[in-house]
Amino acid sequence: MIKIDAQNVDFYYGDFHALKNISMQIEANTSVAFIGPSGCGKSTFLRLFNRMNDLIPDTHMDGKIGIDGRDIYGKGEKVDQLRKNVGMVFQKPNPFPKTIFENVAYGLRVNGVKDNGYIEETVVKTLKQVVLWDEVKDKLKESAFALSGGQQQRLCIARALAISPSILLMDEPTSALDPISTSKIEELIHELKNEYTIVIVTHNMQQAARVSDKTGYFYLGELIEFDNTRKIFTNPEKESTQNYITGRFG
Amino acid sequence: MRKFFEKIVEGGLLISGSVTSFTILLIVFFLFKEASGLFSSPVVEEGYVLAVNKSNDVSHLSPETIMDIFDAKITNWKEVNGKDEEILVFRFSDLTQYYSEEELGDEFQYVPEKISELVGKEPGIIAFFPQQYLAQNFQGTVLPEEKISLSDFFAGTKWYPTSAPAPIFGLIPLLLGTLLVSIGAIVLSLPFGVAVAIYLAEIANKRTREILKPVIELLAGIPSVVYGFFGLVVIVPLIQKGLNLPVGETAFAGSVVLAIMALPTIITVAEDAMRTTPRAMKEASLALGATQWQTIYKVIIPYSISGITSAIVLGIGRAIGETMAVLMVTGNAAVIPTSFFEPVRTIPATIAAELGEAPAGGAHYQALFLLGAVLFIITLLLSISVEYISSKRKM
Amino acid sequence: MAPVQKLGNVDTKKRTSQKVAFGIFTLLSYLVVVILFFILGFIIIQGGKVISWDFLTKAPAEGMTAGGIFPAIVGTLYLVLGSSLISFPIGIMSGIYMNEYATNGKIIRFIRIMTNNLSGVPSVVFGLFGMSLFVITLGWGDSIIAGSFTLALMSLPLIIRTTEEALKSIDDSFRHGSLALGATKLQTIGRVVLPMAFPNIITGLILSIGRVSGETAPILFTVAAYFLPQLPGSIFDQCMALPYHLYVISTSGTDIEASRGMAYGTALVLIAIVLVVNLLANALRSYFAKKVKMN
Repeated sequence: MIKIDAQNVDFYYGDFHALKNISMQIEANTSVAFIGPSGCGKSTFLRLFNRMNDLIPDTHMDGKIGIDGRDIYGKGEKVDQLRKNVGMVFQKPNPFPKTIFENVAYGLRVNGVKDNGYIEETVVKTLKQVVLWDEVKDKLKESAFALSGGQQQRLCIARALAISPSILLMDEPTSALDPISTSKIEELIHELKNEYTIVIVTHNMQQAARVSDKTGYFYLGELIEFDNTRKIFTNPEKESTQNYITGRFG
Repeated sequence: MRKFFEKIVEGGLLISGSVTSFTILLIVFFLFKEASGLFSSPVVEEGYVLAVNKSNDVSHLSPETIMDIFDAKITNWKEVNGKDEEILVFRFSDLTQYYSEEELGDEFQYVPEKISELVGKEPGIIAFFPQQYLAQNFQGTVLPEEKISLSDFFAGTKWYPTSAPAPIFGLIPLLLGTLLVSIGAIVLSLPFGVAVAIYLAEIANKRTREILKPVIELLAGIPSVVYGFFGLVVIVPLIQKGLNLPVGETAFAGSVVLAIMALPTIITVAEDAMRTTPRAMKEASLALGATQWQTIYKVIIPYSISGITSAIVLGIGRAIGETMAVLMVTGNAAVIPTSFFEPVRTIPATIAAELGEAPAGGAHYQALFLLGAVLFIITLLLSISVEYISSKRKM
Repeated sequence: MAPVQKLGNVDTKKRTSQKVAFGIFTLLSYLVVVILFFILGFIIIQGGKVISWDFLTKAPAEGMTAGGIFPAIVGTLYLVLGSSLISFPIGIMSGIYMNEYATNGKIIRFIRIMTNNLSGVPSVVFGLFGMSLFVITLGWGDSIIAGSFTLALMSLPLIIRTTEEALKSIDDSFRHGSLALGATKLQTIGRVVLPMAFPNIITGLILSIGRVSGETAPILFTVAAYFLPQLPGSIFDQCMALPYHLYVISTSGTDIEASRGMAYGTALVLIAIVLVVNLLANALRSYFAKKVKMN
């Protein structure tokens, strides 16, 4: 089943042509990694799936992106509804200046959930899901800033999961973390990909190889190659991909 | 040679760097130097004495009591813990009602004697006359010379700086007037200020912001005397007619004018504070399906609350210290305010209005400097609290 | 994964509340603009009826109900000039010291707090202070020099802050480049840093002129005269000044109603100064910003 369907997508920052005619289909409940050198457009492309680039002034998109068969840039599409369904985890952990509990509850509250019992249940459930529960169960009322970087990032993942999205976008989620925290998050991604469609942007090729089913390689705004991860890392079609994964540039 | 020149310039820079600190010290020194004199000033006008009959056992009268006696609001000694005796007020100018010019002598050489005689025979008298006419064997009790006390000033509820025989310098009515006008101003301008700050920081597009920002800067640049004038010719009559008041010059008029004047400060500081919210935090909220407005009141405002508080405190500071505009529109009645729609008088307005007429070095002059010192301390406390609030924000 | 029922249909509600809130904010913002334009428009229209060549070049006549405001314009000019001569060099040097020389964090913080405190001191307190120090203690009497010093001290914080910020915006690489060529610290500041920061410093100076020309309370007891038949002859003379003039003719003139016209005219001149100063500062800012971009 096709979950995300991008067709002939072009994207511009002002006059700068950042994405060039990209088409890609992502199946449900798989995990996909985007790799490529800095500035190749992989993050920009990711941020199109929950219309995060709408926030940047002077940008412009051509083409179509469908999620579950709906054109998300279509007329009358509600962006908050879309984002409820498409969760996102950012490069640096960015918890709110609130308690640990309220961070996870935030998405529920802004989406109108008033039932406190349900909120509590969900918070506990998602904190367990991201394997953070044991570490924070005694300090749910403390500020989220008191957590370590890796814990904060898992909290941010829990926050995204709490509103039950079907897609989870991850924009270099481990680039600001130490190796131990990174491996914990990677394990988590492994767990999650059975239930969610995960799209992850990463600088780290080993990470892509470890966590993804399919990998897309971007270069200068173009999607050079998109195939099974195993194929990309062992026998890529294109020379450019080969050069990148063997570390000849990038 | 070049080294020497550099040393001199660097010395100059160092001196310039300390100039603001030095100025603050100077301000403190001169304000308090002039102001401290007040508490060594006599209660009774300098060069004059107050005397009563020997049989009168009242030995202490506060400035306010003296004023009430001379205004005939107190007419019996028992009201001031004395004997049951009608008070007879005697001013020096009343002398001719008691004695003819011949009796006083061609060169007034008998005046001391006659005053002494009068005070001696009238049991209920209180006499106020120049010290030079105090007879050597005076047949009455001269009230001991008292100094204006701290409580006379800080707890005083009346401000009659030119009242004779005892001028009254009570801080309370002026302080309350200042607070009333300033707090009224903040209450009026806060919703506007924060709303415009939110609009500029989060809602307006770049073009609108580029037009609005200079407009608000302009608002900040208009001299206070122009606001005062505008208030006088537009707002005051509007308030008087609109609310059907006897006079339009009221605390409310002052608050309206001050509210307009405090707007730019509140807007600019609050907007800057909101802009410091990390983009990542806003994006995280939006990515969870929150609307922009939910993001503003659930994430941005809590994050920037200390900056917004600073904006409010700074606005209050501006309002409390503002002089000319308030002087021109509040009617300047130095009484304890009972309503928002009555004339009031603020501390800065009092200084501006009265310093010109107060002889340098006199008690009135010193009292005005003390008002300045009070004002200085209030604004200093506000500045320090802003410093404290914003240092907390950095953590 | 099945969507959770609890996240039901709140979307319309939260969108409506956003619409209402944003509507209110937009409305209030435009109301502020309307208020500003009403004040400006009112004074420009009323004052425009009075402004003429004679109004700007003649002295007041007939108990301030006729004639012009020439002596007040001249007086304000003197005060702006006098205070600028004092505050510009000191303020700029102080800003240089803070950004380029002071290294001890505690001292910097202390000076910054003091500067902030000074900017919070009410203008009428500056008036008291100026009177006590310059007029009485130093024996200068009510004079242009006493008023200029008072105004200069008052405008220092603004100048220091804008200078500091202008210097801070210059990237350290320029300083290092110059120092690496063997230039001394002072040469680096004088030839590289200051010229680059100059446009922003100038903007601050211009804005401070705007402030100084409109201040009333500091000059009340240090220099301002109600009426002077002739222009001041030396810096130890009193002078008239626009803001004080507006104050007296609108509140305590011989015939307040009859001098209303004069008051509107004076207010317009004051606003015109502020407008010109702001426009100039903005124009300079964008002109230099463009120039930097081109380089």
